[in-house]
Amino acid sequence: MSPPETFVPRTMQEFMARACALEAEAAERYAELAGLMRAHHNADVAELFGKLARIEGLHRDKILARMGWDAPPDPDAFRWQTPEGPETTDFADLHYLMTPWHALKLAEHNERRAAEFFEELAAQRALPPDLRAAATETAAEEREHVALIQGWLARVPEPRPDWDEDADPPAAVD
Amino acid sequence: MSEKGATVIPVPNDFKSDIKPVWCPGCGDFGVLNAMAKAMARLALRPENVAVVSGIGCSSRIPAYTSCYGFHGVHGRALPTATGLKIARPELTVIVTGGDGDGYSIGGNHFLHACRRNVDLTYIVMDNRVYGMTKGQPSPTTETGWTSKLAPHGTGLNEFHPMAIALAAGANFIARGFTGDPNGLADIVMQAITTPGFSFIEVLSPCITFRPEQKEWKKMVRPGNLSSTADPTLAARQIFADDGMNLGVLYAGERPPYQPPIGLATGSLADLEAAFAL
Repeated sequence: MSPPETFVPRTMQEFMARACALEAEAAERYAELAGLMRAHHNADVAELFGKLARIEGLHRDKILARMGWDAPPDPDAFRWQTPEGPETTDFADLHYLMTPWHALKLAEHNERRAAEFFEELAAQRALPPDLRAAATETAAEEREHVALIQGWLARVPEPRPDWDEDADPPAAVD
Repeated sequence: MSEKGATVIPVPNDFKSDIKPVWCPGCGDFGVLNAMAKAMARLALRPENVAVVSGIGCSSRIPAYTSCYGFHGVHGRALPTATGLKIARPELTVIVTGGDGDGYSIGGNHFLHACRRNVDLTYIVMDNRVYGMTKGQPSPTTETGWTSKLAPHGTGLNEFHPMAIALAAGANFIARGFTGDPNGLADIVMQAITTPGFSFIEVLSPCITFRPEQKEWKKMVRPGNLSSTADPTLAARQIFADDGMNLGVLYAGERPPYQPPIGLATGSLADLEAAFAL
């Protein structure tokens, strides 16, 4: 299994297919995480993940409308260079006692990775000028999202140092 | 499902049920569920033609989270159940899921004979090297020096080596995946399903509750470091040089699967009783 080659789109369709898949994957994962947190009775974080899922879904729909597509392109038609999409939350980064602050930190990290993905793309020499402009524009949008999340974070209290201490822990691990 | 002309193309979500997993947030098993769903969609299977059979343990909850037929059975007995199902209904795709305790301890003997029989099954073991559901006891794959309140001096026992056992016992396909790479794992699951015979996938699936140090696995695994071979000697050499963090397909053999003539297993009760050697 060799790593996928560096992605350099040749057409706007290819570029937008990636952008759409990135948003669709992120939306789907946030929705999964909302359900997961609901199952663990962490209502605040569940609500936040649900909200993030809706926002990413709107980003996906915006691309679909712009391209005149009915559905996101087949995500299996290509491979990310990372294990999953650049804006997709890693399941391993969760904790059942996490707070909205932690969820927003994850979202900030995801938006930053998405911005870096498009910035790196825009820096590809082989990229046609119209796609470079699109990549630069999309990267700027992702940077705006980073700033937006940081604005939310400023309004959310930071967790206490002992946020992950459970008075009735599931584990008996030292 | 999406439609292209008259062809209905499945998507991964078609293979997931509406039941939300109760696994701990951060559990690796989510990655296996996603990888299975992706693999089944990419193979254009239909949920009604797939059976997911499991034993007992956190990972064995998977059948309920899929939209396929499922059997959440008895501890350690997923493989014999699945073997019977596949022999009676060879047209089904039968996937067996479970954990390291269920598969290598309680069901250890069944693991040996499932490899030996080489019935066309795909066995996915989510290995977190601990009994998570019962709160953290060491399992057969727990490292000898791992200490906890329940094993303050470690186990003092050598770990079970599933890939070596599978190769020695005759499994026809052997691979290792990681839950942090669901796309790579989906590739492996696809190969396992499409390779005839008994396919065994060891999946490194971190237990963040009882083995939080396993979060480091994502920095330790080496995707694609195993080289697929049909030569068991070459596969064995790779196993001897393996530290448990190499990912990919180790062995893909060509041994025909065991499939008795249909009807033998589905005769009348009287025929069945007559067939027993008393």
